[in-house]
Amino acid sequence: MYDIKGYYDAETVSEATALLAENPNLKIIAGGTDVLIKMHGGQLEDAELLSLRKIKSLEKIDLADDGTIVIGAMATFSMVFHNTILKDLIPILTEAAISMGGPQIRNIATIGGNVCNGATSADSASSLFALNAQLKLESKNGERVVPIREFYLGPGKVAINPGEILTEVRIAPEDYKGFAGHYIKFAMREAMDIATLGVAVVCKVQGGSFEEVRIGLGVAGPTPLRCLEAEEYAKGKKISSDTLAEIGKLAVKSTKARTSWRASKEYREHLVEELTQRALKTAVVSAGGAEVV
Amino acid sequence: MYKRIAFTVNGKAYNFEVDVRESLLDVLRSHLGFTGAKQGCGVGECGACSVLIDGVPTDTCIYLAVWADGKEIRTIEGVAEKNGELSEVQKAFVDEGAVQCGFCTPGLVLTTTALKESGKDYTREELKRELSGHLCRCTGYQNILKAAEKSLEGHVCTCVDSPHYKGE
Ligand SMILES: Cc1cc2nc3c(=O)[nH]c(=O)nc-3n(C[C@H](O)[C@H](O)[C@H](O)COP(=O)(O)OP(=O)(O)OC[C@H]3O[C@@H](n4cnc5c(N)ncnc54)[C@H](O)[C@@H]3O)c2cc1C
Ligand code: FES
Ligand code: FES
Repeated sequence: MYDIKGYYDAETVSEATALLAENPNLKIIAGGTDVLIKMHGGQLEDAELLSLRKIKSLEKIDLADDGTIVIGAMATFSMVFHNTILKDLIPILTEAAISMGGPQIRNIATIGGNVCNGATSADSASSLFALNAQLKLESKNGERVVPIREFYLGPGKVAINPGEILTEVRIAPEDYKGFAGHYIKFAMREAMDIATLGVAVVCKVQGGSFEEVRIGLGVAGPTPLRCLEAEEYAKGKKISSDTLAEIGKLAVKSTKARTSWRASKEYREHLVEELTQRALKTAVVSAGGAEVV
Repeated sequence: MYKRIAFTVNGKAYNFEVDVRESLLDVLRSHLGFTGAKQGCGVGECGACSVLIDGVPTDTCIYLAVWADGKEIRTIEGVAEKNGELSEVQKAFVDEGAVQCGFCTPGLVLTTTALKESGKDYTREELKRELSGHLCRCTGYQNILKAAEKSLEGHVCTCVDSPHYKGE
């Protein structure tokens, strides 16, 4: 039996934020694939749970009139993977979604839970970083929008205030239109495994040069991160194997990899250098550029 | 703390109070006697506890019993015909020798049943991916894949240049 002291269901966001305002000790539960595992392991005791599972409005995935992609926090990884809007517009997120866990996990685990859990290995994270995702947080007193890069504070630590709920993950049109991307999850198994490294890149190509490149990495530091130095370097550079090699080297500079039982720091850095280039090679072709050999 | 929930298992309606601390697996096995759902890892890794919830393969060890409110649940006990005749999927598992100790079998049969009932086509790679949430410590998976392919006969796409395969 799980160590649960109380359990509350909210049917709407306002009901949930009202309950949270009344009782700040409530622990939000979405798919439960992190929360229940923590309870099982004794890291979470005497929990009073607030379930968001009945809030159907939070499962919606939509394209707003201004072109903003809006993903409800309660959308499961299966919903993300099968969604045609996302598959068309931001396949690096659907690729990341299908690489996550196994079918039964994807059927229940939510994207909101993945983000709020704050793991550097979160499979949605490198893609959401590369896409400059914005997070909408709602509380009884109102709402605010936070860029995902400011949301991850440290391992398991995110910038959510007491009383707040993540309701939407948003991607603005200027952050995806005209871009093509690629996602690589490097893991020991092809299913049911946590990433040794996650690499998501997007790029815009013009006349054989990079107009813009964005690189998101997971498990290359205590939080997911962006490779800003490499991105700055890439701007306007002619696309060639030399340029890619330099981007790969510079990408490593942004990382803070460490040794874990999965892989050593050195190995992870090697992966960053190599996989960033591989992901960009594929992305360049999808963006209409010539193949780099 | 207790909550009243109403749900069906294999078509039969239930309505009773569950302890909010219980998983659906606890309720299925200990209160209702559906012991075909197995407890392996208890943490969502192995798929021994999988059942179909509104047709969707779900690990019940990490699914709170209160969440079953309003759901239709199907366990391995509800797969065979009423007269005891095995379903096509079950027969395929028997015919292909895909069962050794049998611990993983209920989950695998249920997931394969859901794939079959979806009416969709799958490539071999997709089929492997859809079964990847079930660990089997005995068979080495080959016969399980054969059984799944047999179950989905006519819906497994093996031709690499079909648009379906390319679109994967
Ligand atoms: C077997 C197994 C395999 C896994 N494999 C992977 C994998 O390959 N890749 C990967 O990235 N993860 C993996 N995970 C981890 C987990 O499944 C994901 O992180 C998942 O996305 C969590 O979502 P959830 O809905 O289950 O979150 P929950 O467990 O319900 O919640 C996670 C955290 O987020 C908070 N929270 C949830 N929703 C909200 C919200 N809307 N607003 C505010 N706070 C919220 C909760 O309070 C909690 O702290 C795996 C887990 C298991 C059990
Ligand atoms: S017992 Fe539920 S997944 Fe292993
Ligand atoms: S037959 Fe023994 S675990 Fe699969």
